Amino acid sequence: MPGTPTEIATRHLAETSRWKPLEFAFWLVAFGAIWLLPSHHLILNEIIITALFAMSLDLILGYAGIASLGHAAFFGFGAYFAGIFAIRVIGDPLTGLILATLASGALGFITSFLVLRGVDLARLMVTLGVALVLGEIANKMTWLTGGADGLQGVMMGPVLGLFEFDLYGRTAYVYSLVVTFLLFLLARRIVVSPFGLSLRTIRDNPLRARAIGIPVNRRLIAVYTLAAAYAGAAGALLAQTTQFVSLDVIALHRSADVLLMLVIGGTGYLYGGFAGAIVFKVLQDVISNWTPQYWTFWIGLILVILVLIGRERMNHRVAVLWARLRGKPEPRPRTIVGGH
Amino acid sequence: MSAALETVGLEKRFGGIVATDNVSFRLEPGARHALIGPNGAGKTTFVNLLTGVLQPSAGTIRLHGEDISAMPPERRVKRGLVRTFQINQLFAGMTPLESLGVAVSERMGHGYEFWRPAGSKSVVIDEIVEIATRFKLVDVLEERTASLPYGKQRLLEIALAFACQPRVLLLDEPAAGVPEAERHDLLATVAALPRDVSVLLIEHDMDLVFSFAERISVLVNGALFTEGTVSEIANDPRVRAVYLGESLDG
Repeated sequence: MPGTPTEIATRHLAETSRWKPLEFAFWLVAFGAIWLLPSHHLILNEIIITALFAMSLDLILGYAGIASLGHAAFFGFGAYFAGIFAIRVIGDPLTGLILATLASGALGFITSFLVLRGVDLARLMVTLGVALVLGEIANKMTWLTGGADGLQGVMMGPVLGLFEFDLYGRTAYVYSLVVTFLLFLLARRIVVSPFGLSLRTIRDNPLRARAIGIPVNRRLIAVYTLAAAYAGAAGALLAQTTQFVSLDVIALHRSADVLLMLVIGGTGYLYGGFAGAIVFKVLQDVISNWTPQYWTFWIGLILVILVLIGRERMNHRVAVLWARLRGKPEPRPRTIVGGH
Repeated sequence: MSAALETVGLEKRFGGIVATDNVSFRLEPGARHALIGPNGAGKTTFVNLLTGVLQPSAGTIRLHGEDISAMPPERRVKRGLVRTFQINQLFAGMTPLESLGVAVSERMGHGYEFWRPAGSKSVVIDEIVEIATRFKLVDVLEERTASLPYGKQRLLEIALAFACQPRVLLLDEPAAGVPEAERHDLLATVAALPRDVSVLLIEHDMDLVFSFAERISVLVNGALFTEGTVSEIANDPRVRAVYLGESLDG
């Protein structure tokens, strides 16, 4: 590539923040589905909400290296907050969504101090513990949450005072999609910013990050708060579009599923959550039609294969194939040494 | 004039073991000072105390007259106390361009800017390129750090510290594992630092120490054993004895 070092450096940095054709294609399809797949809006709504939830986990796991087994704490908190707010205060979706997002962020901020100390295993246990505690609180406070019966009687007003939620999930899907898209745009901007880059140094090597002057703890608090707010937004969307909240939103399996999706889709590029959520939900749909009771068997098998083969190697295969198809030189393999 | 870096009665105990024993040490402004000592003398513990990775059991650390004993590591870096590591501590999944970019933007106080893409400020880019040129990293700027050859990784290790614009630079065995030919380039770059940067070199390769340092301190069993000019230390029979493992009376 020609150019002075300065030009090359500028171009390289600009490259990482530029939109790739595949990204345009992805969002075109997602928005196109509003008109092209009218009979699938309910499942699409579920997928996009799950994808937003998975993206929020990617922000802390893929970018800052915080492994969490209790991310559903924030998803569930957002869902209950939005549901209760609609019942007790007003049914306007946007007001509820914004407040639920902020409240979940606040909860994330408070609990972030617990994940600062310790490394992976300690963090897994602490996040798991927080989610279990919150789950049990939701279970016990029957007067507020409905306990094991779930939160009933959530009545939502029309979005922006114009669009009523319908039985086919059309408004629900459009609403969730637009909110997810806006939050994605913000996240995409954040991850390529100086702030986002500093998070990646913490993920790769917190010791050195500190040694070049990065206040590691404050950055982790900031991103954990952000991720909690995103998860809360996803939970609020689910509560509002399904008009029901059950203990399921905060259950352990939801935290585990979202981690699984991220592993399937890949971490650290924001789309992993989307890819994982689509694969996961579609597989769930297809396999459970075929063998309703044993679908987790297949998901488990796929997970084991994925981890054994290794994503880097698989991605490299795809890159080589792609280069061959386009007649370009083959990319060099990336060494895995020292990587995460 | 206050010392660039000074410790008074610095002490670190791990249970019953005294790793740093009452060290009172002075690094003059603009110094080219070396800290030597046999394996296990406590050199790395001393550096970890200076940089704040470890908290001292007793004693004070002053940077340009300011007490920094209780300051977290990243604030010491902002004050100009920067170190390199004996074993490379790099960001494996990032490119040298990104790594240096983070260090430079952080120093300029851009660390919380989340609304604009990294690399949109030309001051930052110019400085990255300048550092990369000095450390011969220009041709690998866009490669992933984990896939760089060892020599380049070593250069990046030092370049990262430079990007923080140190006033006091602690080099922990900078030439470890670097081939003979590149060793001199590396040291020449360090020696070419402006005189307002004070350098403390921690090393046990004596040739390197003698060619670089003006003053030498010797650390033995966690305590300062002796200190002097290069020729004083080179001709000190006690130092030789310590290095050859002979007993002092013998």
